[in-house]
Amino acid sequence: MNIDGINTGYVLDHIKAGKGFELYHLLGLDKADCTVAIIQRASSGKYGQKDIIKIDADIPIDYDLIGYISPKITVNIVKDRELVKKFKPNPPTILTNVLECRNPRCITSVERGIPQKFRLVDKESRDYRCVYCDTLYRENK
Amino acid sequence: MGEIKHLINITDLSVEEIEHLMETADDIIAHPENYWDACAHKKLATLFFEPSTRTRLSFTAAMMELGGNVLGFDQAQSSSSAKGETVADTIVMAGCYADIIAMRHPKEGAPVVGATKSSVPIINAGDGGHFHPTQTLTDLMTIHRKKGEIGNFTVGLCGDLKYGRTVHSLIDALLRYEGVRFVMIAPDELQLPGYIRDRLNGAGVDWREVTNLDDAIPELDILYMTRIQQERFPSWEEYEKLKDSFILKRSMLKAAKEDMIVMHPLPRVTEIDVDVDEDPRACYFYQALMGKYIRMALILYLLGIK
Repeated sequence: MNIDGINTGYVLDHIKAGKGFELYHLLGLDKADCTVAIIQRASSGKYGQKDIIKIDADIPIDYDLIGYISPKITVNIVKDRELVKKFKPNPPTILTNVLECRNPRCITSVERGIPQKFRLVDKESRDYRCVYCDTLYRENK
Repeated sequence: MGEIKHLINITDLSVEEIEHLMETADDIIAHPENYWDACAHKKLATLFFEPSTRTRLSFTAAMMELGGNVLGFDQAQSSSSAKGETVADTIVMAGCYADIIAMRHPKEGAPVVGATKSSVPIINAGDGGHFHPTQTLTDLMTIHRKKGEIGNFTVGLCGDLKYGRTVHSLIDALLRYEGVRFVMIAPDELQLPGYIRDRLNGAGVDWREVTNLDDAIPELDILYMTRIQQERFPSWEEYEKLKDSFILKRSMLKAAKEDMIVMHPLPRVTEIDVDVDEDPRACYFYQALMGKYIRMALILYLLGIK
């Protein structure tokens, strides 16, 4: 299957197979006014299978979110069909409004108008804790 | 104006800051008259969204002894939160009337929300089963006064080590001092949670777990008792079998060091026999008194009053 190259925008490569659609929604790409392609389960030399997202527009991208989803994701920034930058975003120190605290005793379960915030407590395992109640959030990604 | 200093968790204070608070508290004990007007025309708001006796009385007494005034409420029903007001709004409102706030709330992290909105210092007076830093300051002050230093001792923590927030905070605080050895005395069902064990192991301190109080007593310099809650046990039989192992009786103190101290965050139920009160090593009521002095020092510090 062929998907055209992009003019100016981003290629998010090495997304864990099956996670592409989740990332698409988390990044708000469903609301973006531009061409976006999701390629699911493409063959990958490194990982066997991978998802890829291509965004054909220079729109703001939340690198923190990408770093949180997986440190393996490669961001390729393309300008006028040229690759100008390639990097792997680090997991963010503070993650805002991505996770929801599961602790029913947490203030976030009752207080209106406060953001859901988690802080990175272990860069290796990418463990996060709720900044309010310290509940651990650990997910096998 | 500099950044407002709050106290949400004991680790918000450095060891040096805790040292400073204890020095101030020592000076208050030695020269109370020097502090009678220290907080004149200042107001402390005690916002207690759930009932508390000792902590609220202690804060109130502390502010009164500093010459300040106290306002507030002691249950959510008497505040606007019963009408659906957010914690953030209550805190902003209280900051219009008071110079400093002590808040207790049943939800974990409520003081964090308060601190992000507040124009005055916030003291966490307990947020659910999460943190209770002024209890930890009280414990450290008691150890400082009775032992002369914090460090180079063996402390036995006894009772409900699994759910007891005072024990967890005290361990966090003591891990920053040299030469503290821990003996964790609890039934298997109520031993420390994994993340506290990880911290102890990570700090490389000397610690061990035992299930018998009598055996542990001779080596202890400090025995910190907590209440064992019957509802934590899987069955009544299980509780019945173990509960007596964790009741401190005066006869058991024969095996203890002459200068060991017995602490308890209170309220005590049955875990310390009342006849232990007569033993000079019992210092849990002294501990409650130290709670007032260290809170006086904390109020002065957070208000920036020298």
